[in-house]
Amino acid sequence: MREFDYQRANDVPGAVALLNADPNARFLGGGTNLVDLMKTGVERPDRLVDVRELPLDQVESTEDGGLRIGATVSNSDLAAHPDVRRRYPALTQALLAGASGQLRNMATVGGNLLQRTRCGYFTDVASPCNKRVPGSGCPAREGAHHNHAILGASEHCVAVHPSDMGVALAAFDAVVSYETADGLGELPLEEFYLPVADTPHRETALPSGALITGVTLPAAPVAARSRYRKVRERASYAFAIGSVAAALDVQDGVVRDVRVALGAVASRPWRARAAEAVLSGAPAGEASFAAAADAELAAAEPLPDNAYKVKLIRNLMVSVLTELTEEAAR
Amino acid sequence: MTTTTPGTAAGSTTAPGAVGTAHTRVEGRDKVTGTARYAGEIPFTELAHGWLVLSTIARGRIRSVDDTTVLAMPGVLTVLHHGNAPRVEGDFTSMIGVPPDPSALLFQHDRVPHVGWPVALVVAETSEQAREAAESLVVHYERETHDVAFRSDHRDDRTNLPTAGDEADVTDKGDMAAELAASPVVVDEEYTTPEEHHTTMEPHAVTARWEDGRLDVVDSNQGTTWVAGELTQLFSLDPASVRVRSEHVGGGFGSKRVRAHQVAAVMAASALERPVRVVLTRRQTFALGGYRSPTAQRLRLGAGTDGRLRALEHDSLNQTSTMDTFVEPSAGATRVMYDAEAHRTANRAVPLDVPTPTFMRAPGEAPGSFALESALDELAERCGIDPIELRVRNEPERGPVSGLPFGSRNLLACFREGAEQFGWAERDPRPGTRREGRWLLGTGTAGASFPSGAVPSTAALTAEPDGSFTTRIAAADIGTGARTALTLVTADALEVPPERVRVRIADSDFGPAMIAGGSMGTRSWAWAVTAAAGELRERLALNADIPPEGITVRSDTTEAIGGLSAKERHSFGAQFAEVAVDTGSGEVRVRRMLGVFAAGRIVNPLTARSQFLGGMTWGLSMALHEEATRDENTGGLVGGDLAGYHIASHADVPSMEAHWVDDPDPDDPVGIKGIGEVGIVGAAAAVANAVWHATGVRHRDLPIRPDRVLSAADGREA
Repeated sequence: MREFDYQRANDVPGAVALLNADPNARFLGGGTNLVDLMKTGVERPDRLVDVRELPLDQVESTEDGGLRIGATVSNSDLAAHPDVRRRYPALTQALLAGASGQLRNMATVGGNLLQRTRCGYFTDVASPCNKRVPGSGCPAREGAHHNHAILGASEHCVAVHPSDMGVALAAFDAVVSYETADGLGELPLEEFYLPVADTPHRETALPSGALITGVTLPAAPVAARSRYRKVRERASYAFAIGSVAAALDVQDGVVRDVRVALGAVASRPWRARAAEAVLSGAPAGEASFAAAADAELAAAEPLPDNAYKVKLIRNLMVSVLTELTEEAAR
Repeated sequence: MTTTTPGTAAGSTTAPGAVGTAHTRVEGRDKVTGTARYAGEIPFTELAHGWLVLSTIARGRIRSVDDTTVLAMPGVLTVLHHGNAPRVEGDFTSMIGVPPDPSALLFQHDRVPHVGWPVALVVAETSEQAREAAESLVVHYERETHDVAFRSDHRDDRTNLPTAGDEADVTDKGDMAAELAASPVVVDEEYTTPEEHHTTMEPHAVTARWEDGRLDVVDSNQGTTWVAGELTQLFSLDPASVRVRSEHVGGGFGSKRVRAHQVAAVMAASALERPVRVVLTRRQTFALGGYRSPTAQRLRLGAGTDGRLRALEHDSLNQTSTMDTFVEPSAGATRVMYDAEAHRTANRAVPLDVPTPTFMRAPGEAPGSFALESALDELAERCGIDPIELRVRNEPERGPVSGLPFGSRNLLACFREGAEQFGWAERDPRPGTRREGRWLLGTGTAGASFPSGAVPSTAALTAEPDGSFTTRIAAADIGTGARTALTLVTADALEVPPERVRVRIADSDFGPAMIAGGSMGTRSWAWAVTAAAGELRERLALNADIPPEGITVRSDTTEAIGGLSAKERHSFGAQFAEVAVDTGSGEVRVRRMLGVFAAGRIVNPLTARSQFLGGMTWGLSMALHEEATRDENTGGLVGGDLAGYHIASHADVPSMEAHWVDDPDPDDPVGIKGIGEVGIVGAAAAVANAVWHATGVRHRDLPIRPDRVLSAADGREA
């Protein structure tokens, strides 16, 4: 393990300045992913700028009835926040479905969005990986891709984004705020993650040297009836092999508003716009839900060993939307 | 907790005392307060740190090790590799009757037999410097094409290998073809289990140094005299000049023997004339710590409509390395559990460009019982007979292959007791009929067995002048509670309270003793301790005065154990599981498990229960989670760490109970049989049989992953 500098930032401009002073510096949040990657040699920063003590640890209501979430709010605190539990229950469920209690206590909102894929080739420095070493190749397509992408991947990378939290945020139109030396900026979550294309090493649209300062959730009455379902290969403490965040508003048997996002299917939390388009105004019922799932999954390009995900996601979407419909009827 | 269904009667259980009473671990406080030191954390002055460099290719030769740059890095002391390492002697058989692990023949040639083969050791002043330098070391290879793909059809195109150890390659009696042809009910299926790893909580760690002309090794292992003996042989040393200690061990499970790291540490300590420590990383334990081979097992059962077996064939294939033959004796369980007119078993191995597999908890019986006990369940289904009744009807009188009498066989007592406690009588045998929300529910059962044995060992017992007693034996406590068990055994043998007994273990200077392995440790050690205690009591009866140095007697059980008559000696058990399966998501959840065992006299109910539960949890894990993935192109593991290799989490293990029936071994001085392995045996089959009962679909490939459940649901719809 190489030696590296460690500095703790006191304010946001100071943090940005510290990072920009060193071309090979990284922000350190909870460290639950970055420190592991440093141990295995995937990340080799010269300097860590610890941002966990920055005054970005608040969850506040916005004037329009949304929420503004500070970047250093821990996953545990966010999950437990009363406004999140009441107004965006799928977000609480997603957070609590992730990692372990200890990790959630350390992990931050900003860090969660920027965590790296757990693809076994990415985390093994002895292996080629286009995401880690651009142009070195992707062994996953012919190798172990059991938990890889079925949507939006490319021949250069089929890795999935591991976040649960991000899936709920994607469903609720989250907007990411950041600060650079030049000022403030915002990116809707759907534009925050870049398409894989032939640049899988470029994961986000964040400008160079930017620090995520928070995430804003717009008001979304539909989100009050929302769910997150995660399937993994054991009961706890594993990344998803498929997940669905959904919110549903049904009136008189007709879908008035709906949000659906998918996890463990793509290089980013996947907003299921095609499914939402089918559902909007459609009768709430299994036939519509299945049609919506099929519409979303029509673009799926599974590999031999992850084809099961198409069926899994279809079943999960139908199941979660059906549960939400039944919940509304009660 | 303990149940007392009468088993074989033996006088040894009637003596009141410490044995049979729950005791917390004598070193428990040290462990939970952190004062118990493990091999990698004991300080030494002038300590240097070694870091192993592992090959990144699966087959080929090392062209060169470019160590010039690394030697100039901060703190680096030396780089050892095949070009400069001392020769070692590998042509010997160790005290447990097996050759050294191939990785112990370290840096002896330029051949690379698998990904993760140790090619160099970098030694530096600090562990961090050693690691940085090791990860910077450039090794040039000449690659050759490799084959790491284990497939059952390898049996057709590869040479069958002889079996190591005393497991016969093939056993065969009767006319298989004729009996199968005459059987109205036939089960003919293939079962597979994947590559499984026993990476321990405490990684492999060692410190070696030369001290007063002796090689002093502080290690984490399953047998100090075993390790000392192998190091003595490897380095051609005087046996008296090697001392190995292993005070506390954070798990072994078959993986902690002499491997590359100890040999590397000794080489470096000799070269540098300093203490050298080598600790494996988690990933290195996956590459170098050994593992259980994948298996492909074909079971052919022929039976009458009454379920009585006429034909029983169990053919198992596993992979081994190109350096050594390790056979996973999966068909061994069938040689014990059930008989038939035609009875055939075979254990075979195919060499691939992979690390040598090794002993992993219940070697043979763990994967073998999955296949055998699943096939029995399929036979029960096809005959329309309750699975427990099927086993009652096929209970053999004598060893099916050996023809020998059983020492004691209380398998049916386990099934009876388990059925009662589990509520088996209320079970509706029809599959796929119980639903609770999105979950289908089912229950399953399976039988278990594991050989019981004792290996000659020595012990020393000292009566101290203060009225206390000290036991010295080169036993190993790998987390099982062996130290505590031996304290209780010593106390009872001397008829004194356990508080007056101090047990010192895990020091090769104490003399030869069995390793913690094969479910034979506690029995072998307890025998030696009991023998010494008998003699000490005679000496004390003659000498009322104890001199300042105490009175010490030594025992050696070689003769006593050699006098045992030939019998089928085994522990037995019955496993029960209830599962919930969501065929829409593929999720399988175990709701409860029950294991009932007939495993000899239980020395310490507290730690015995933990050991049974640990085995059962591992069986659950084997059924649903565990699977190492090897990339056929690179030949290496993908996700070879505890993030990538899933074991059961706490949330996967909701309700689990272990009980036992009275079953003392009449030929053992304490009545012990051994409980280390039988807890995992049959557990995976019980879960798989419960998944069938829940869904109506048989899963013959482990683990029962969500994608497999989803695909199976497809099959049913089709």
